[in-house]
Amino acid sequence: MTALDRPRYKVIGTRPVRHDGVDKVTGRAKYGGDVRLTGMLYGAMLRSPHAHAKIKRIDTGQAEAMPGVRAVVTGQDLPDQGDRIVELGEGATNMRYLSSNVLARDKVFYTGHAVAAIAADNIHQAEAAAKAIAVDYEVLSPVLDVRGAMADDAPILHDHLRTTSPTGETETSDTPTNVATRLLHEKGDVEKGFAEADVIVEHEFETATVHQGYIEPHAATAHWNADGKITIWTSTQGAFTVRQQTAELLHVPLSHIKVVPMEIGGGFGGKIPAYLPPVVAMLSKKSGRPVKIIMTRAAVFQATGPTPGSWIRLKLGATRDGRITAGDATIAFEAGGYPGSVIGAGVGCLFACYEVPHGRVEGLDVCVNRPRTTAYRAPGSTQVAFAIETVIDEICEQIGMDGLEFRLGNAAQEGTRRVDGPVFGCIGMRETVEAIRNCEHYRTPLEGKFRGRGIASGYWFNAGMRSSVSASVNTDGTVSLIEGSTDIGGSRTSLAMQLAETLGITAEAVMPTVADTDGVGYNDVTGGSRVTFATGMAVVEAGKDIQQQMVARAALIWDVEERHVHYTDGSVEGPDGHRLSFEELAAQQMTTGGPFVARGAVNAPGQGGAFATHVVDVEVDPETGKVQILRYTAAQDVGTAIHPSYVEGQMQGGAVQGIGWALNEEYWYDETGDLKNATFLDYRMPTCYDVPNIETILVEVPDPAHPFGVRGVGEVPICPPPAAIANAIHQAVGVRMRQLPMSPPRVLDQVMHTQS
Amino acid sequence: MKTRVVSTTINGDATQLLCEPRQTLLEVLRDTLDMTGTKEGCSNGNCGACTVIMNGRPVVSCLVLAAEAEGAEIRTIEGVAQGGRLDAVQSAFLEGAALQCGICTPGFIMQSEALLESNPDPDEEAIRFHLAGNLCRCTGYDKIVGAVKEAAKRRNAEC
Amino acid sequence: MHDFDYEAPTTLTEAVSLAAKHAGRARMMAGGTDLIDQIRLGRHAPDVLVDVKKIPELNRFALTDTGLCVGAAVPCFRIHGDRGIVEHYTALADSCRIIGGVQIQSRASIGGNLCNAGPAADSTPSVIVLGGIAITEGPEGRREIPVDLFCTGPGKNALHPSELLVEIRFDTPPPHSGSCYRRLIPRNEMDIAVVGVGAAVTLDADGRHFVSARIALGAVAATPLLVKAAGEALAGQPVGDEAIEKAAKAACEAASPITDMRGTKAYRLHVTAVLTRRVITAAVARARGEAVDYRPGH
Repeated sequence: MTALDRPRYKVIGTRPVRHDGVDKVTGRAKYGGDVRLTGMLYGAMLRSPHAHAKIKRIDTGQAEAMPGVRAVVTGQDLPDQGDRIVELGEGATNMRYLSSNVLARDKVFYTGHAVAAIAADNIHQAEAAAKAIAVDYEVLSPVLDVRGAMADDAPILHDHLRTTSPTGETETSDTPTNVATRLLHEKGDVEKGFAEADVIVEHEFETATVHQGYIEPHAATAHWNADGKITIWTSTQGAFTVRQQTAELLHVPLSHIKVVPMEIGGGFGGKIPAYLPPVVAMLSKKSGRPVKIIMTRAAVFQATGPTPGSWIRLKLGATRDGRITAGDATIAFEAGGYPGSVIGAGVGCLFACYEVPHGRVEGLDVCVNRPRTTAYRAPGSTQVAFAIETVIDEICEQIGMDGLEFRLGNAAQEGTRRVDGPVFGCIGMRETVEAIRNCEHYRTPLEGKFRGRGIASGYWFNAGMRSSVSASVNTDGTVSLIEGSTDIGGSRTSLAMQLAETLGITAEAVMPTVADTDGVGYNDVTGGSRVTFATGMAVVEAGKDIQQQMVARAALIWDVEERHVHYTDGSVEGPDGHRLSFEELAAQQMTTGGPFVARGAVNAPGQGGAFATHVVDVEVDPETGKVQILRYTAAQDVGTAIHPSYVEGQMQGGAVQGIGWALNEEYWYDETGDLKNATFLDYRMPTCYDVPNIETILVEVPDPAHPFGVRGVGEVPICPPPAAIANAIHQAVGVRMRQLPMSPPRVLDQVMHTQS
Repeated sequence: MKTRVVSTTINGDATQLLCEPRQTLLEVLRDTLDMTGTKEGCSNGNCGACTVIMNGRPVVSCLVLAAEAEGAEIRTIEGVAQGGRLDAVQSAFLEGAALQCGICTPGFIMQSEALLESNPDPDEEAIRFHLAGNLCRCTGYDKIVGAVKEAAKRRNAEC
Repeated sequence: MHDFDYEAPTTLTEAVSLAAKHAGRARMMAGGTDLIDQIRLGRHAPDVLVDVKKIPELNRFALTDTGLCVGAAVPCFRIHGDRGIVEHYTALADSCRIIGGVQIQSRASIGGNLCNAGPAADSTPSVIVLGGIAITEGPEGRREIPVDLFCTGPGKNALHPSELLVEIRFDTPPPHSGSCYRRLIPRNEMDIAVVGVGAAVTLDADGRHFVSARIALGAVAATPLLVKAAGEALAGQPVGDEAIEKAAKAACEAASPITDMRGTKAYRLHVTAVLTRRVITAAVARARGEAVDYRPGH
């Protein structure tokens, strides 16, 4: 779409101040941990000190007698689940696993696995009592990495687990295993494809377990009322999924639970699972009082889902004039203590940026004694991007071709079929590569010793899914928009802007509220880069509903047929020059027929997917292996940028998370399976002083599925940075990094290895 | 019982409170005084979300005992806006979209206030170095640094 | 959090008698930035925390032409913010400027850093190379302990029970002296040193020969370490790569790093040599009156 084709929007593309902003800069906004209720008790958890053990006995007697203690719960208090599979949040879940992850039953599968919970008058009493719970463990050998877990003599986490193969390729064997799932996708004939290649590169890669690192720990407060109705206040990426998870885990009807989503201090996929709500609900039931638990930072690291570490073997073939002929990969993702990693996404993303005529991808979901993994911003994509984007860099070096040219020559476009099946619609991969080629950063030569430049691309699917909203017109010409997508980054304002654009009014005239589960229709989680897209569609639908109601009302007022009346540009127009503005109709709604109340509910189709291409300049200290980021530019296809500041913010935030993933973030376990770096001191996320400005280029290739061409932007920015930085390190000091993170000792090791 | 009375000044108001010696200033602000604007991120001084200004210096309140507030002057996020008017730092953060989830924002605002009080015209290097003790996971820091620069400009224009 | 009592004495005598009264079950707290966390983690369980910040002697901060006195409770920000320190005791300013971030520097003190006796303490190598002497007070009276002998093991120091650190004293460095502290951390701020090196050198009037030097290491032994052999390798030698290389080698020989989550033994040894060279070079430049521009962490 050229600049001429782009519609002239009045509100979309502007930068209004966010509606919830004043509360957030004055400290008035209430987050999960800020809830205060009369008679509220404080809860603490007891967690396993062992990575793999059987629970023989739990003795809570002494704890229950301690001062201030009002209730204790263990896994025995949770109802049996059988082997039910339920669709929750972002995928199908085995309820037995979910339940025992919330509170362990007969086994613990990772250090920090929740074993018991206590509610007491104050937090100190709760913590002291938790220490007094006696647990008898039979300690078992842990296995901490995917390769070890797949070895013949590996300790087995779940005796009954057998490898399933949803893509149908493997026969299910009867041997106990840690491999929960095996996926296989094939396209064309890889043997033929490799035979056509002039250059073939094959390597193995390892990426460490990393955590989303949101600054706000998990928190939940519950009150189990005397009438059996439960209210839960929590910060979550999905109030409805919390409701559903809690209902399923506690065997109570959905309608008995109301979830009130508080403001949320970061999620990135990690606040979709509900760890605390069932626990505080049970403690409240037992004590008859509201109960609040805030997770400690150590528990957040130890026991909430990080994203999978991985082992990847990738083989890629290309002709000497730069055409990819074949790709073959095996990807093993850490599932953690229970099956269900995002291996499907990893498998789908690996070759997604390119036209790969012959491809084969095998994906393995592997249990290890680490916390159960969950989504982290484009889950699975960053790991595979690290592999393919560095292999491409190596191929380009061998054939003497510029990396951007190679990517342009092979770029996926409309009609390209992914190796895992789906065909792309309108997408912007090429455009992001071209944007980097033309940008000032790329055109500026990089000078100086031990400095290098690297580029990489990345892809994320972006979800559609279900959203509902309602909207009421106020007599003062404003609209109250009730939506249910918890707001992690300013989305309530982007939604208000879409409604404002539809109605021809200002963004300030729309008052967005994120409602609880009783106050709005069903909404899937805030995740998958879906809110501006799918909830946006629901908002537009509500806007059109208002338009239609106003048209009907005006027709009534003017006594003309509806088909002669139109909603245009913030007004309703009829025959003979009749005209009423939105504000005028709003003002007289009560006396002309009654309130204007509208709704929108969608089950949005999947989006066209988002592409990003990044360029980074680094400087390496060859004596210490330390890497400094000198300059960073991120180009991304953003569809239509509703609020450009928030789109830029997503790109900058995602890029910096990717930089952390690239350079220093990793879970560090000792041999017994104890997580040693469960603090922000030793889990090293980038500080302000570690990164430069992140320049952003917003490329707009509108997604035709959305009324305004919106494409989700939140996730793909995290995909390219590790590969881009690895490629830059290669240019700087001539070494190829195949392990994440590329911490100083690892870089130094490679540098010295190459020197000798 | 070890409970003691602490007399302190918070946001200009004389305040008396009851606390145990083992309670941190952060805990007492949030749980005793209901001032939940100061946030808890890690409880060991590594994220800056709990930053308040104590006797003119920024401190992480998770590593200050409530008992130490005796006789001290404490300023928190709740005291920044005067008479319902946002100050230059708050406005700059708001207009510059320097927040996404907002959980780190009170800590950054307090740290920025302290920075501008000691260095009214910091360059980017100084800003980034001074803010290194405040972690943000959402913004990538760009717009935060921009907001601090803008706030400095506005404050210097005011006087 | 363990249930402790809190006292805030206003005189040194009161503090000593509190310490004696609780017979080793009291802990002194200055900035508290390590101590409070350690109590929360269960590493210490004192009956009483004695807040020493109200005691005048522990807040003394005096720089005269005979020397420097830093009270045990003086926070880092006062130290690196002082022009005299930056000019004459530069390594100390280097250290205080990078400990833990600005918020920590508002409270943390070099006295507390020293008593905490962490092997990776950032200020202790600087205090050692500048020749600091720890002045303590206890029921038996005053003692003077050279700082390089103060830490006796990880988390252990030479204080007797009921004794507390009052201040650290330094003699004025001779003319043509310069000092520097650097550390290697994975990020640019907020990390614990993987390796830390402090150096203080005195040159002759030409600036071409070392008269004397002190090198100290952090994070590569059970305690911060004065490496006498490294200083001896420089004394009397012409300033240049040869002598500096010998000092670096001596530093590596003295180091006995462990492998932990912050670094491997091999990496730490390698970086010890690298940093020792760089720190001596910077100290020499400062001794010659040259400005050394440095971005922490870079």
